[in-house]
Amino acid sequence: MSLSRRKKTLGMAAGATVFALTLAACGSSDPADDTTEATETTENTEPVTLTVATFNNFGYTEELLQEYMDLNPHVTVVHNVAATSNDARTNYFAKLGAGGLADIEAIEVDWMPEVMQYTDFLADLTDPEVEGRWLDWKTAAATDPDGRLIAYGTDIGPEAVCYDAALLEAAGMPSDPDEVAALLEGDWDTYFEVGQDYVDATGKAWFDGAGGTYQGMINQVEAAYENPETGEIIATENPEVKAIFDQLTAVTPEISAHLSQWSDDWFAGLATGTYATMLCPGWMLGVIKGAAPDTTTWNVADVFPGGGGNWGGSYLTVPEAGDNVDAAKALANWLTAPEQQLKALAAAGTFPSQNSALEDEAALNAAMASGEAPTNAEFFNNDSLGTIFSNRANAIEVSPFKGEFYFQVNDAMQNALTRVEDGSQDPTTSWNQFVTEVEGIG
Amino acid sequence: MSTTIAPQSGGSKERVRQDKSQLNWRQRRGQWDVKYSPYLYIAPFFIVFGVAGLFPIIYTAFISLQDWDLVRNSGEYIGFGQYNWVLHDREFWIALRNTFSIFLLSAIPQLVAATVIAAMLDQNLRARTLWRMGVLLPYVVAPVAVSLIFSNMFGDKFGLINTLLSDIGIDPILWHTDIIPSHIAIATMVNFRWTGYNALILLAAMQAIPRDLYEAAAIDGAKTVRRFFSVTIPQIRPTMIFVIITATIGGLQIFDEPRMYDQTGTGGANKQWLTITMYLYNIGWGKFNFGRAAAVAWLLFLIIIAITLMNNYLTRRFVSGEDAVKKSKKTSLKLTAKGGK
Repeated sequence: MSLSRRKKTLGMAAGATVFALTLAACGSSDPADDTTEATETTENTEPVTLTVATFNNFGYTEELLQEYMDLNPHVTVVHNVAATSNDARTNYFAKLGAGGLADIEAIEVDWMPEVMQYTDFLADLTDPEVEGRWLDWKTAAATDPDGRLIAYGTDIGPEAVCYDAALLEAAGMPSDPDEVAALLEGDWDTYFEVGQDYVDATGKAWFDGAGGTYQGMINQVEAAYENPETGEIIATENPEVKAIFDQLTAVTPEISAHLSQWSDDWFAGLATGTYATMLCPGWMLGVIKGAAPDTTTWNVADVFPGGGGNWGGSYLTVPEAGDNVDAAKALANWLTAPEQQLKALAAAGTFPSQNSALEDEAALNAAMASGEAPTNAEFFNNDSLGTIFSNRANAIEVSPFKGEFYFQVNDAMQNALTRVEDGSQDPTTSWNQFVTEVEGIG
Repeated sequence: MSTTIAPQSGGSKERVRQDKSQLNWRQRRGQWDVKYSPYLYIAPFFIVFGVAGLFPIIYTAFISLQDWDLVRNSGEYIGFGQYNWVLHDREFWIALRNTFSIFLLSAIPQLVAATVIAAMLDQNLRARTLWRMGVLLPYVVAPVAVSLIFSNMFGDKFGLINTLLSDIGIDPILWHTDIIPSHIAIATMVNFRWTGYNALILLAAMQAIPRDLYEAAAIDGAKTVRRFFSVTIPQIRPTMIFVIITATIGGLQIFDEPRMYDQTGTGGANKQWLTITMYLYNIGWGKFNFGRAAAVAWLLFLIIIAITLMNNYLTRRFVSGEDAVKKSKKTSLKLTAKGGK
């Protein structure tokens, strides 16, 4: 059943390749002229309506989509936005096999372990045109074991350190971004030691909570919870995981604000100067600004303990059951081209995963300084945000393996850390409960 | 209607007594009509119920015996493995404990408060409609909105309640860490929403009580409190039982409030406020294990049946007044046979 359908689609794909390629070609080069020509010369321009389903804010503004419709007069683009990624995830997996998804469906990197089990429902987006468009690890994460590219990368979340300059100053510490970067340069021990100095000087907390910090640490481990070869859960025996747990629980009583990420208290803490630093991916800037619009002292330092780290990011997929797979591919290609991603960055702060966009620091800085939504540069007293996050993206060396059980194990670990943070258990008890819980998974 | 009457008018008394096989076609059709058409009339409900109620229940039972893959819509038969796993899972029992604890913490204060409020509204108040509308107001607020507001108030560090507590010198309560405080916080949300609703239902029952009962009691010298306990309470028993049953079913299925209680919606780091429906949801939509979620659904179904049977038994014992005689002859007969009132 599925085999015959696949063959049919392949045949159709072959027939329409020329069309797709001409369309795709305009994504990277001078868009306006080429496409109008291409659409005029190609006979195959029956009117199509393409639906694009995203969530939160991808930065795909009306103007951006209109631009595509102007370039391709036979295409009408309908944009559906789900309120939260959770709603979108439920919808995605409920309809992936049964049918009824949009022509282009956005997915979050967090769903990748599950999506990878069902790549036969997704169109193969491999295209010589897009080769080398994205950072290697971004593409690798969207390539299934058969070598099919099933998703085009949109944004990434390279992590830097955000800090409250006023608090550091009050503690008699440097507060200029370059000085802070120099101060924190090093591994996690350095970050925690500086934190201890800060706490000694002020009696206030250094970072927000164990959860977010742990996420930054564990994302630097190549195979934390599962064996990439066998898929077997190794979380409880992996010395690296235990080492991070021990290192973190040793320092949290002193230097953590004990706030769990996204809780009401955590948001309130952002605005009230409860903690001095937090690990922050590019998209976190919008969160900080939204939660603490009246503060003026948050800033970003071009540094991350232990090298680099990525948190979050999304992709566009094209479900194979759709009616207009080829037209959808062309649109996904266009939307994820560097030019469009820079516009999305200006509109919604979604930091590009495309190599050529990352190299163009001037454009990145300009995009983060302009745009209606964030105007982050001004808020963060920093006009080189683009440069900072581009450097942070290039510092990422490890692409952690996330298998089928990654999120269940990670949840159990986050809960274990919270139990230590809120004082309900000591680290040993909490670790033992984590081990029991992980053994029950499966 | 006319066809229903047809066999009686058509057939004489002798022929009715005759053997059925001797009836002609018309008569037989008429007989079927009398026998089966009532079933036909009530069929629409049962067809809808079969499609929307019974089929999902049976299909859930089928899925619960499988290792189910939602996306591919297929599974592998594994017998009662899922039930076995769930019944040996620590979280399942914690969820069950939390559900009952939150249910008791919400139902009991709620019913007491609702009865008292209803009794007050039953007095001759000025601007009566205003007060009655007022108690229903919280019910209009969506549960999720209630949860958002209360979760904010019950924040551990910057929440309104802890701020007030520390202002008067009491240690802040760890609403999101300790078990009982978290249950109290969630029960508060439930009570906020449902007390007024129940009060109005009980008020309706109180208004139906004949006023002469109160007059007679007053002449006998009964004061307000005595009249409340000896006239009002016995008279509203049947409505009270209805309210208790709906509160029980709602309480066992509590989901919105605990799910919105923190940012992750998974019931806390140590599952302090994980309820049985949240447990079901987390397994299904969190872990994509629908076979196991179906098994939890069936266990919840069995639990609700057990509680309902228990309720039913208690109701029969509880409603032993004159109402019972009017409402159910069987019950009253049984009770008189046993020597009841």
